[in-house]
Amino acid sequence: MHELLLQFDWLLLIEKSVLILIIISVSLVIAMYETYAERKVAAVMQDRRGPNRAGPFGLLQPLADGLKLFMKEEIIPASSNRLLFILGPGLAMLTAMMTSAVIPWSSHIEIGGKTIHLQIADVNIGILYIFGVVSMGVYGVMIGGWASNNKFSLMAALRGASQIISYELAMGLSIIALLMMTGSLSLKTIVEQQQAPGALYNFFYQPLGFLIFLVCAFAECNRTPFDLSEADSELNMGFHQEYSSMKLGFYLFAEYINVFISSAVMSTLYFGGYDIPFVNDAALGQHIGQNWLASLEALSLIVKVVAFIFFFMWVRWTVPRFRYDQLMNLGWKVMIPLALANMLGTGFFILLRGH
Amino acid sequence: MGTTQVLFWFLSVLALISAIMVVVSKNPVHSVLWLIFVFFAISGHYILLNAQFLAIVNLIVYAGAIMVLFLFVIMLMNLNADTEPQKNKWLKIAGVVAGGSLLLVLVAALKHADMKNQLADMGSGDIGLIRNLGLTLFNDYMIPFEITSVLFLSAIVGAVVIGKKD
Repeated sequence: MHELLLQFDWLLLIEKSVLILIIISVSLVIAMYETYAERKVAAVMQDRRGPNRAGPFGLLQPLADGLKLFMKEEIIPASSNRLLFILGPGLAMLTAMMTSAVIPWSSHIEIGGKTIHLQIADVNIGILYIFGVVSMGVYGVMIGGWASNNKFSLMAALRGASQIISYELAMGLSIIALLMMTGSLSLKTIVEQQQAPGALYNFFYQPLGFLIFLVCAFAECNRTPFDLSEADSELNMGFHQEYSSMKLGFYLFAEYINVFISSAVMSTLYFGGYDIPFVNDAALGQHIGQNWLASLEALSLIVKVVAFIFFFMWVRWTVPRFRYDQLMNLGWKVMIPLALANMLGTGFFILLRGH
Repeated sequence: MGTTQVLFWFLSVLALISAIMVVVSKNPVHSVLWLIFVFFAISGHYILLNAQFLAIVNLIVYAGAIMVLFLFVIMLMNLNADTEPQKNKWLKIAGVVAGGSLLLVLVAALKHADMKNQLADMGSGDIGLIRNLGLTLFNDYMIPFEITSVLFLSAIVGAVVIGKKD
């Protein structure tokens, strides 16, 4: 047993555990304040004040909301499948969190001569990993909707699941065009390519691909204008109708974490990730030291992510919801052909430049 | 026992238990969920063999897409434990005997096989990495690969034809 314990690289384990803890906490805090930001943004757009009672500017509102959800009575319908009913929101949270493992949050810091990369796992199939987790995201919705044993919930769950798998295809095709350019599936390599002096962000090479990815990200997160699985006027509350208390909170919270993570993925793939715009990062690093550079880079990524999150909210309070057939037509008859054309065009240009 | 071996035994036990649960579960939805566990365990085995691409594609295609369709069908047909037909007792015994015989034949066939020289590389081989896989696929197996894509195309066309109402 002793030998077994010694074979583990304990230092690496501790380093990664601390990193995971930090990233999960940051995701949770950001998701918490996204709920606040969503209401404030909605208020500004509708000429209201928004939450302003709890704390200065209503800044403690998310805490109050969380406390409310925890304190509420928890009801598990008698006719539901109890185990799966509890598993549903858990799965939704799990899949929302798991994607953060492959995103490079910053370059690296040096503590006591040890280099620590600010990325949980730099696997060479990073993008495919994200797809794997996204395709698992369907189960939280489906299992929750089915286990509630309610017709509306089931309908909403089926709608949500078919929406997610439809838009996954266009998303994958838009990414293939990007991969043909970068030649790597590792997110870290993709960021470093965009960071190199003289290199432009991938957005400038792949504007159409980015647009498709953006629309699909909205659909994958179940956000307006694609929140068909929560269409109140048709399905009451959607797949989480039977849920109450913090289980409902988990479903709502998972959506905000998804928004955060997909913003991070879009920044990483198309907008240079942790690269500081208009600055040669390597030169700056020699000037102010690696640790400061890494902090600035992390800040730069967060700024990009916040801009995307704002965009998500902007769209939500501007564009009305699609009808279900419109959603499917957009996904299958517009997005997929566009993504295919984009892929062929990219291949053609790469071939042209190669010769 | 190293980390790899611990993981191997854990994944094997997980895969076997989940596979048995797929067969044993009364509720079809539970069966599908156990089957997803099996796919996860098998993907873990692929990662142990350093075949990351295969592992993740197994998850995306099987656990992420095909199993969702299974769930769709089961949920839409509203299959429950109650609607599951109860099989005859003798039929069950016959099934157990047939399965046991198959296991016996497999064990007997593999008993004298040369296993020692066929052991897979654990965590070291690089054939499963996406780059090598792509090179092999598009150089050595170009024709079979293209023929497979034609097969897929015909499957899609077939699905569209069946899906048309009139």
